[in-house]
Amino acid sequence: MTAKARYERPLIKKLESNMPNKFGLRTEFEPLTHIDGVSVDSLIADYGSPVFVLSEQKIRSKFKAARQAFETRYPRVQFAWSYKTNYLSAVCNVFHQEGSWAEVVSGFEYDKAIRHGVDGSYIIFNGPDKTEEDLRKAITNNSLIHIDHLDELYMIQDIARETKQKPKVAIRVNMDTGIYPMWDRFGFNYENGQAWDALNKIMFSGLLELVGLHTHIGTFMLSPNAYAIAASKLANLAQRVQQKYSHEINYIDMGGGFSSRNTLKGAYLPGTDTNPSIDEFAEAITSALMNSEYRPKTPPLLILETGRALIDEAGYLLGSVIANKRLSDGRRATILDVGVNLLFTSFWYDHKITPAQEFTSYTEDTVIYGPLCMNIDVVRENVSLPLLNKGDKVVIHYVGAYNMTQWMQFITLRPNVVMVDLDGKPHLIRKNESIDSIENLEEIPTHLSHFEL
Amino acid sequence: MKIKNNIAVSDNGFIFNPASGESFTVNQVGLDILNLLRKGEKQETIIQQLSEKYQADKAVIERDLSDFQAMIKQYHLIQNEE
Repeated sequence: MTAKARYERPLIKKLESNMPNKFGLRTEFEPLTHIDGVSVDSLIADYGSPVFVLSEQKIRSKFKAARQAFETRYPRVQFAWSYKTNYLSAVCNVFHQEGSWAEVVSGFEYDKAIRHGVDGSYIIFNGPDKTEEDLRKAITNNSLIHIDHLDELYMIQDIARETKQKPKVAIRVNMDTGIYPMWDRFGFNYENGQAWDALNKIMFSGLLELVGLHTHIGTFMLSPNAYAIAASKLANLAQRVQQKYSHEINYIDMGGGFSSRNTLKGAYLPGTDTNPSIDEFAEAITSALMNSEYRPKTPPLLILETGRALIDEAGYLLGSVIANKRLSDGRRATILDVGVNLLFTSFWYDHKITPAQEFTSYTEDTVIYGPLCMNIDVVRENVSLPLLNKGDKVVIHYVGAYNMTQWMQFITLRPNVVMVDLDGKPHLIRKNESIDSIENLEEIPTHLSHFEL
Repeated sequence: MKIKNNIAVSDNGFIFNPASGESFTVNQVGLDILNLLRKGEKQETIIQQLSEKYQADKAVIERDLSDFQAMIKQYHLIQNEE
């Protein structure tokens, strides 16, 4: 008996010779079968589907490249890991092993950094919501407090007066860097004089030690020049403080916001081709600092709170096809077990999706839906993919940033997270949720504990 | 269900509709189905022949066949059935 041929579901595709392909420049039929030497099949077999997979090797190499980009251009550079981007302990510790400080934006994140073993003096405390308790802790631990508003400044001064401690502070400065939308909700504005006013309040009070200046101009920035403008403005403030008070600030913190290789929704060309590299950001920032009029005895430490650009590419989300269907207008729809509950960033990006097994080169324009019984659960509105079948595995790329912190326990439970170490060995770094992990937090009043139907 | 007589189907899966000027491509399984439909084969025969040639369950073939037939109908490649 002769062997039967491999089956592929029948496909008919209309040839459009007069229209450019609005679905993108290339199709994704090249499979990704292994992550750092571990097969996607075995990862799903061992840890279930869906599953997040992080590559330790990619995190470290990306970090080293970023550090090199800045250190070859500027003498004093320090990275601080942005906890909100991904605060899984294993991830944070990879960055801390590489020398990153911690950058936190809440009491919860602060406590997490302390638990990881980060010395308080290496924690940068950002964000608009710092309780009095948080601030007392941060002051006692000698942490770097980045003041967001005057109410916080007054609270810190009160604590300083009461405890006779001298908190180390910086102010967060927002400014016009020529980009839209301009972020002006965090910190003090540069152009209208608020920032200068806050600096004067700090210097005149004598209660606080002004150690730095901080800005965070936006997120997923595609213009390195905006950072050059921001760096110049911070250097200008530092110079004015030096002139007026003969006080040198220790550091300039340029925040984060560098883009990763993801493709923003609405972008015509893929992010891998168009987004600026870390070297372009480094060149813009360091040139602006060195060309500024600020001339302290020691160059200020340049702090970077880069999150997304360091971790996005190290993250993969593996999933499986639940079903295929045909929409009323004839479009193909594929339902995955991965939805917007796990992939928050699919609201912002057209994520790259590839199959995890070989296919022929025939592809189909497809809508990718997640498993939720909610209309918003669309992973890709249109993508050209091979002829996927129920049970086939897919890999969603560049998901390391924000998804493992902004994911929702909505309709389904959150899955396992695995990190593949430098030797290609997978480690479970966050266990999947069970119904108990959710229900253990709930309480039912006695009168609601029974019912009859 | 029968393919319109004027539809040209090449051996390598290129389809041309001279009435509308539209052209299409099909993969190998799609080409097999079109050729069987041109011969006027019935649904059951097509499923049987495909299941003999390919590694696939009849249920899967049946599901995919009806989806494929809906698409070629949408592309106006089917003779009107009274």
